[in-house]
Amino acid sequence: MIYPLCFLLFLIGLYGATCKKNIVKIILGLLIMEYSVNLFLILLGWKKNGIAPIIDQSTSHEVFIAQSVDPLPQALVLTSIVIGLGVLSLMVAISIRLYQRYGTFDITEMNKLKH
Amino acid sequence: MTNLSVFISVPLVAAFFIPVVSRKVKWFPDVCGILTTFLLLLLSLQTMNQETVYSMGNWPAPYGIVLVLDGFSCLLLIVINLIGFISTLFSFEYIERFYTSKLRYYSLFLLMLAGMNGVVLTGDLFNLYVFLEIASIASYALVGFGCYSRELEASFKYLVMSTIASSFILLGVALIYGRFASLNIAHIALLIKQYGMNETMVFSFVLLLVGFGVKAAIVPFHAWLPDAHPSAPAPISAMLSGVVIKALGIYVIVRLVYNLFGMTPLISNLLIYSGVISMMIGVLMALGQWDFKRLLACHSISQMGYIVLGFGLGTPLGILGGAFHLFNHSLFKSLLFLNSGSVEYETETRNLEKLGCLSQKMPVTSATSLIASLSISGIPPFNGFWSKLIIIIAAVQAGKPVFALWAVIGSILTLASFSKIQRYAFFGHGRHFDESTHKNIKEVPGLMKMSMIILAILCTITGLLLINGTNGIFSPVVNDLTQGPVPYIEKILGYEFTNISGLFGN
Repeated sequence: MIYPLCFLLFLIGLYGATCKKNIVKIILGLLIMEYSVNLFLILLGWKKNGIAPIIDQSTSHEVFIAQSVDPLPQALVLTSIVIGLGVLSLMVAISIRLYQRYGTFDITEMNKLKH
Repeated sequence: MTNLSVFISVPLVAAFFIPVVSRKVKWFPDVCGILTTFLLLLLSLQTMNQETVYSMGNWPAPYGIVLVLDGFSCLLLIVINLIGFISTLFSFEYIERFYTSKLRYYSLFLLMLAGMNGVVLTGDLFNLYVFLEIASIASYALVGFGCYSRELEASFKYLVMSTIASSFILLGVALIYGRFASLNIAHIALLIKQYGMNETMVFSFVLLLVGFGVKAAIVPFHAWLPDAHPSAPAPISAMLSGVVIKALGIYVIVRLVYNLFGMTPLISNLLIYSGVISMMIGVLMALGQWDFKRLLACHSISQMGYIVLGFGLGTPLGILGGAFHLFNHSLFKSLLFLNSGSVEYETETRNLEKLGCLSQKMPVTSATSLIASLSISGIPPFNGFWSKLIIIIAAVQAGKPVFALWAVIGSILTLASFSKIQRYAFFGHGRHFDESTHKNIKEVPGLMKMSMIILAILCTITGLLLINGTNGIFSPVVNDLTQGPVPYIEKILGYEFTNISGLFGN
């Protein structure tokens, strides 16, 4: 059930990024898409009553294998959040410059490329 | 043996030091940029005919990240670093004239180079995504480098489409990880061989194909390219059209199709049809353009169609044609963009209607652009002719003569649109040509001239690479791709590992 909801979030983000006319809303749509993928990755490593994937003397190997969560998706999500931050800051910088040039956030009014 | 990590670490380190050092030392960005790319070019030429697997941090294959050098990544490595070196040579004088911040330019340029080298070398899906994003972010910033309204608009459009594509790619990678709990390409290929494809894998394949299709500007996903490529500074347009769409798009698609999921008739047809459609739509868009660089950008879509068609055929000859056309296209398309940069450098316009009679005033630019135009239209003896010929023969041999016919028609239309450039810009003149504004035009300065001449010579002689005995670059590509996933898996994981997993029975 939780995976379809996650995918629905992805589709909402896609809708926002493709159908909205306002630059800020487009950026929000892209962010929702990115975060739904991050959520999906985290869910892949999730376990009910999971323990941290650190092994020491008190935990036996059987318990560790049965209960520890998968640490790799967490590392992936950290990387992906950092990349997302880079893209976001560039997007915001470009949209501020665009606002200075055109005086609006509406992409339908930015049509100098079409002669 | 070359240590493969230098291709990523050297440009990254240089990209870091350029902004730090050049606040005090003014000549540093140029010298550091040119030296770094030259070093990378030498290193990449050294990798020819080598096959190496380098484990990062000494973690063995399916657990750690590996860098893999085989025939196909070697070809891409040479193309990236060759065009990178020539573009930096060209940038030396060009950037001074039009743009202010050299250190940011070179820094972003080297970041883009590092990202692309990483994409073609890595053997790990998530690592591939990371390098893809490094190269993409640098290229968004470079497209909008001038900060005028058109450039920002093109950059934002490129950024939005490309970020959506990146999300698709990450979702595809996540789905694959969810199914097989592995990110190593060879390991996933092995597991697919063992357990087969299910609906999830088909879905993730489609997501990856769409994502990398946007990066490669194959036809339903091409809308950003005619805006983004002309808006960048000319050496960056040369990099974007000549290398970026290939390294980030075609290379990964081919790698996924041949080495990860395995070629099937359905995928082959999909690639062939999208290739032919890109070919025709690109060239038809180009015929109506009056902006020099926009016309060239539309041709990139069309020529990418030829490459996709070649790889999509799946026969050894088709793969050879695709790989050879990839190499040739990067040479002549970069040359054409550098020509357009030279014309803009002297006349400050790209509108073909306002240009005219440049063949007497700029003999080197005119001659090199003539060579490049003849190459891209497929006139013998230039390199474009040979690769197109191979693709057309391969299409006929594969029993698809209709597509060969379309390829010939596309080539004729290409010739038509390039005779337009030659007619209006160099030999004749356009409708709004004004003699008085063209008085003080002379040939471009030394390094710009030199970079164009190098590419023109390469365009003329690389047809010879096909002769037996000298084709050390292309025959490994064909071998790697035609044999399917199994040799690739064995090379990375080792024979022992694959045998234990029971791929080859007893």
